[in-house]
Amino acid sequence: MTEPVLSVRNLQVEFASRRGTLRAIDDVSFDIAKGEVLGVVGESGAGKSVTGLAVIGLIDPPGRIAGGEIHLAGLRVDNLPAEEMRRVRGKRIGMIFQDPLTSLNPLYKVGDQIVETIRTHLSLSESAARRRAIDLLAEVGIPAPEKRIDGYPHEFSGGMRQRVVIALAICAEPELIIADEPTTALDVSVQAQIISLIKRLGRDHGTAVMLVTHDMGVIAETSDRVAVMYAGRVAEIGPVQDVVKNPLHPYAKGLMGAIPTLAGEDKRLVQIPGSMPRLSAIPRGCSFNPRCAFAFDRCRVERPEPLPRGTQSVACHLYDTVPAESAA
Amino acid sequence: MSEAVVPHPTEKRPAAPPGWFRRALDSDLFYSFLRSKITMIAAGVTLLFFLVAIFASVLSVQNPFDPAQLQLMNSRISPLWTADGQSPFLLGTDEQGRDVLSAILYGLRISLLVGVLGVVLSGAIGILLGLTAGYFGGAVDGLIMRIADVQLSFPAILIALLINGIAKSVFGNKLDEMSMLAVLVFAIGLSFWVQYARTVRGSVLVEKNKDYVAAAQLIGLPAPVIMLRHVLPNTTGPILVIATINLALAIITEATLSFLGSGMPETMPSLGTLIRIGNGYLFAGEWWIVAFPGIALAALILSINLLGDWLRDALNPKLR
Amino acid sequence: MLAFTLRRAIQAIGVMIAVGIIAFSMFRFAGDPVNQMVGMDTSGAERAAIRKSLGLDDPVLVQFGRYIGNAAQFKFGVSYQFRLPVTNLLIERMPATLELAIVATIFAMLSGILMGVYSALRRDSWLAHVFQAVSLIGISLPTFLIGVLMIYLFSVTLGWLPSFGRGDVVQIGWWTTGLLTLSGLKALIMPSITLGLFQMTLIMRLVRAEMLEVLRTDYIRFARARGLTTRAIHFGHALRNTLVPVITVAGLQFGSVIAFAIITETVFQWPGMGLLFVQAVQNVDIPIMAAYLMMVSLIFVTINLVVDILYTIVDPRLRSTVSRAH
Repeated sequence: MTEPVLSVRNLQVEFASRRGTLRAIDDVSFDIAKGEVLGVVGESGAGKSVTGLAVIGLIDPPGRIAGGEIHLAGLRVDNLPAEEMRRVRGKRIGMIFQDPLTSLNPLYKVGDQIVETIRTHLSLSESAARRRAIDLLAEVGIPAPEKRIDGYPHEFSGGMRQRVVIALAICAEPELIIADEPTTALDVSVQAQIISLIKRLGRDHGTAVMLVTHDMGVIAETSDRVAVMYAGRVAEIGPVQDVVKNPLHPYAKGLMGAIPTLAGEDKRLVQIPGSMPRLSAIPRGCSFNPRCAFAFDRCRVERPEPLPRGTQSVACHLYDTVPAESAA
Repeated sequence: MSEAVVPHPTEKRPAAPPGWFRRALDSDLFYSFLRSKITMIAAGVTLLFFLVAIFASVLSVQNPFDPAQLQLMNSRISPLWTADGQSPFLLGTDEQGRDVLSAILYGLRISLLVGVLGVVLSGAIGILLGLTAGYFGGAVDGLIMRIADVQLSFPAILIALLINGIAKSVFGNKLDEMSMLAVLVFAIGLSFWVQYARTVRGSVLVEKNKDYVAAAQLIGLPAPVIMLRHVLPNTTGPILVIATINLALAIITEATLSFLGSGMPETMPSLGTLIRIGNGYLFAGEWWIVAFPGIALAALILSINLLGDWLRDALNPKLR
Repeated sequence: MLAFTLRRAIQAIGVMIAVGIIAFSMFRFAGDPVNQMVGMDTSGAERAAIRKSLGLDDPVLVQFGRYIGNAAQFKFGVSYQFRLPVTNLLIERMPATLELAIVATIFAMLSGILMGVYSALRRDSWLAHVFQAVSLIGISLPTFLIGVLMIYLFSVTLGWLPSFGRGDVVQIGWWTTGLLTLSGLKALIMPSITLGLFQMTLIMRLVRAEMLEVLRTDYIRFARARGLTTRAIHFGHALRNTLVPVITVAGLQFGSVIAFAIITETVFQWPGMGLLFVQAVQNVDIPIMAAYLMMVSLIFVTINLVVDILYTIVDPRLRSTVSRAH
């Protein structure tokens, strides 16, 4: 098997606060292969966005990467000097943020922002960069790009602006795109277009995509594999159809039960009782144990490590072959 | 739906109870006060200034306003630590034989008096107009706030000078000391009311639409009285901040007017007047006549400003 | 855009009429104009004649209309102390004040923006702390005290710079300028720094706060995610977005600079409108006070208008929302 585009190993991210250090990401590992879309799903505060920011090296103080390694096509990027990491951003990793309305500088024409990005990373003349910018706008589906290139962001609708943001993310042909809730701020009717655009771009360019979202529906539609995050850890990871059809982790089960389907109208949507713990109050043992219907003594004491189980990997004591008694 | 990408630990604190007074007693305020050495020093200096101003007559070696106590043979003595220094004139004397330290203590009294009275008057005008504008709304509100807008674009010193000139024109050029003091207080009061009015008006507009006002009216309680009980506690914090910062501004304004010759006369000098008098002797090398009143004025304003800054940050963490 | 400008212009005229009422009331009701003009020995008949010639017996509204009509043609009557037309006095002194105010504003803008940007980008450096301390002192030291201090330091002690006046000036048409002679330039240094210092601290604080705010925005985060250089992010994106509100405030402050020049001009005996005004207040020369008020107000509203229009040019969002709304 070829080397993955992105390989994250035992990543830890911490935030220093007045009340001590908070661990936002705890021991997270995953890979993304060339052309693959990995969906990262979880509730607000589960650490999915922070994971994305860690990969692209935009964790700001008081946060810091406290441990683990991040490799981009073999190159270790988590400890690169600032200037070298800057060259990686935009060039080899493209990022799409949640809110297209605020992602673009309102005082600059969209074309100038694209040309600026292209010329930062590729040695192209002003006019060649401009031609490329027009091509990019056309590729992301903006009509009359040669005219729209001289428009200001406020002259674009939300969906069109997100297309501009995507054009900016792909303008230097990155190997990896991190899309952080790219559709959350958009109208439902536009969401599907943006999702299929990201999917198409990933396929056409062989780009690996890390799609961060809380919307399981979006993941099921787009992703090849899915990582379910809970309280800063990966609860379960595996091929999307397997995880959707046969979730292993009790939290993933709850999550899948919460997806409405057209076919199964007789089934009631399942709710997960309670809410995710704050970073300052993560329980001992498995962080999900207070909400878990299957929790037993071991879950309250010992933290579960990821276990391979078929195509999936799950961090849950229920699937541990070692009997609970002997561990305790 | 929007998710905080980065956890903000500070946001996770439970909401503070409403009302600035309870917040003031909250340990955070005292904590920040105790932690900030500069603020403690500033508070100490401010307190000291007020105390020496109050006890000026006890602390001074002479009453600089009493010509009988001044002796010309004592004129232009340099400070005590210089070669020509003479006891008991610690900071030297001016050309009339007036002890500079005593003059500063008495001048401080005038400066603080005008400043405090000016702040009280501007606060009273501002709160009253703010309540009126917010409560009545419509044309009354429009008129008051338009005036406020226009006035805010003019520097207070210009307005104060104009009021001063008009007062002189109406009452004649020869005003006695106490009337001059009253004119200054009046000028400052009319120059600094806008901020109070805006703050109070904003609070009234918020309270006006709350259910308890309607409820109070239903059971026959007068709405203005009920609202006052809510509006004033809510605005006490901001008003205190504005008043503190405005006290510094009022003292500067008074000193500037006096320096320009449109403020306190030389027979009853404030710090600004003393600086104006001393400025004339600067070229003769008698620096102490202007330097010490200047230092006193600068230290006073700096201390009050530091207190105001701290108060603003402590009562309104969002501005930090 | 046109409707917006028009609405603003109408507002400006409204403000000017309000100021006109104040100026007229000062002139007419604050003391008796006739008493101010004549000596103690003038007879009642003479007073009545002057009263009639000034039109003081006409209905107040007529007088007001006449006052405004004259003011619109820049006729503000005769100064009580100089016995000269107020307009001539003001015009003669205007170049001195404008030169001082413009140089002070340029100084304040340049140094304020530089210091503000530096202390926003290097928040915890010792120099940023120094700037913060300077700004606090700049706000706490009264202008006149700074002037006195500078005179003592640079004129009395070191003898480098003149302590008063404009130095040699060159006449260009009706305008007099001190910018073309060495002594004129030397005379300008201390007054313009004294006058600009307060604005500088204001601009510095504003730039710092705005810049920190802008650096937190999503588009700056996205610019970083695009791998733009720190330089491009700070000085291209962040600074440009910071300067939009700063331009507004600095522009609006220009009016205050002219008014604050009253103090600076008195300290340095600078022969401008401010010094004239202070002397007018001391001598109860109401026509000059009223005229000065109207002149300064006119400058204020004109600047407000220009800044509003400039703002729409700088900020494309405003430009189109304004034009779209009409």
